[in-house]
Amino acid sequence: MTASLWYALIGAGLVTLGLHSLTLTPHVLRKVIALNIMGNGVFLMLISLARRLPDATNPAPDPVPQAMVLTGVVVAISSTALALALLRRYYEASGRTHLPEDDALWGIEEEPPGRFAVMPDGEDDDDH
Amino acid sequence: MKTNEDMIQGARAPHPIFYWGMTVGVILFFAALVWAILSLPPAAPGLFRQVSDRMPESGVESMVTGVLLNFRAYDTLLEIAVLLVAVLGLGAIRLGSREPLPEAFTAGPVLMEFLRFLTPVMVLLAGYLLWVGSKYPGGAFQAGAVLGAATILLQIAGNIRAGDIPLWLEKTVLISGVFVFAGIGAACMFFNDRFLHYPQEYAKGLILIIEAAATVSIGATLMVLFAGRSLADPHDAESEEGEHR
Repeated sequence: MTASLWYALIGAGLVTLGLHSLTLTPHVLRKVIALNIMGNGVFLMLISLARRLPDATNPAPDPVPQAMVLTGVVVAISSTALALALLRRYYEASGRTHLPEDDALWGIEEEPPGRFAVMPDGEDDDDH
Repeated sequence: MKTNEDMIQGARAPHPIFYWGMTVGVILFFAALVWAILSLPPAAPGLFRQVSDRMPESGVESMVTGVLLNFRAYDTLLEIAVLLVAVLGLGAIRLGSREPLPEAFTAGPVLMEFLRFLTPVMVLLAGYLLWVGSKYPGGAFQAGAVLGAATILLQIAGNIRAGDIPLWLEKTVLISGVFVFAGIGAACMFFNDRFLHYPQEYAKGLILIIEAAATVSIGATLMVLFAGRSLADPHDAESEEGEHR
C-alpha cells in the first residue's frame, strides 16, 4: 500500500464519520460540522488519488483534481458561513436547534424558546 | 447517545432499529468506499498528459494555475460567483434579525503589537503567493485566504469594526472578482473567438489581472463572512461607541 492510498482511505473514513454524524445527530450545528468533515474527506480522497503516479518520468501529480479541490475548499468555506448564518437565524426565529423533520425520529416534544426568540420591545430599538 | 440527550432538552434516543440500521449502513458505505479505492489501478496519470501537453498555451507555468485560470476557467469564475452569492445570502438572512451582535472585540497589548508586525507580513505574503502562482504552487485562492486571515485577525483584535469601511468600497471590492473575471472573459469573446479564451500572447497578463482582482475579492469576502454582516453597516458599532464615549 502506498502512502497516497493510505491517505485516500483516511479520507474515506472521514466521509464515513461525517455521514454517521450527519444522519444520527439532530443538532443542526453538528450537522453543519459533519458536512464539513465529509467535504474534507472528499478533498483528501481527491488529492491523494491524484498522486498515483505511473512512473518516475512524470513526478507531478494530476493537476485537475488539485484545481477542483482548491475550488471546493473556497466553496465549502462560503457555504459553511452561509449555513451558520442560516441556522443562527433559524434559532432566533424558532428557538430550536434541530429541524422539525427530526422531531418524530428523536422523540423531541418541545424545546424551550431560544435566547433571542422573544425579545422585550425597546431593548433593540437601534436594530433593523 | 448521551451527548445528544445532553445537548437537546427533551430529546430521546432514536428508535434502536433506526440507530443500528443507520450505523450498519454507514459501515457498509465505508466498506464500499474502501473497496472502490483499493480496486483502482495503483498508478494512473489522470489528465496529467493532456494538461502538460497544452501548458505552453496557458500562459503560465504552474499546472494547477493553468487548469484553474485557463483550461477550467468557467469553474473558477462560477466559484468566485458562489463567494459573492454567499455574501449576498448572508445579508439577506440577517435582514430583520433582532439578534444582538457580539460585543466588539478588543485585543490585549501583546496581540496588538504582534499584529502590528504580522499584518504587513501577511499582506506581503499574499502578494508573493499571488505572483508566484504562475510558476509554483500559489495563486489567487491561497493569497486570498492569507488576506482573509489577516482581516479576521484584525477583526478579532478590534482593529476593523463595523462602519470602518465605506459602503461603496466594500461593494466594489466584493464584486470586483466576478466582474473583472467575467469582463475579461467577455472581452475575449469580442477580441478573440470565445468566452474566456485568452489570446495566447496576453494570457499571462490577463491571468494575473484576474488573479489580483480575485485575491482582493476573496479576502474581502472572507472578512465579511467572518463578521457575519456588512462591515460598512455601522449601526451596531455606533450604539456601542455611544456608550463608551
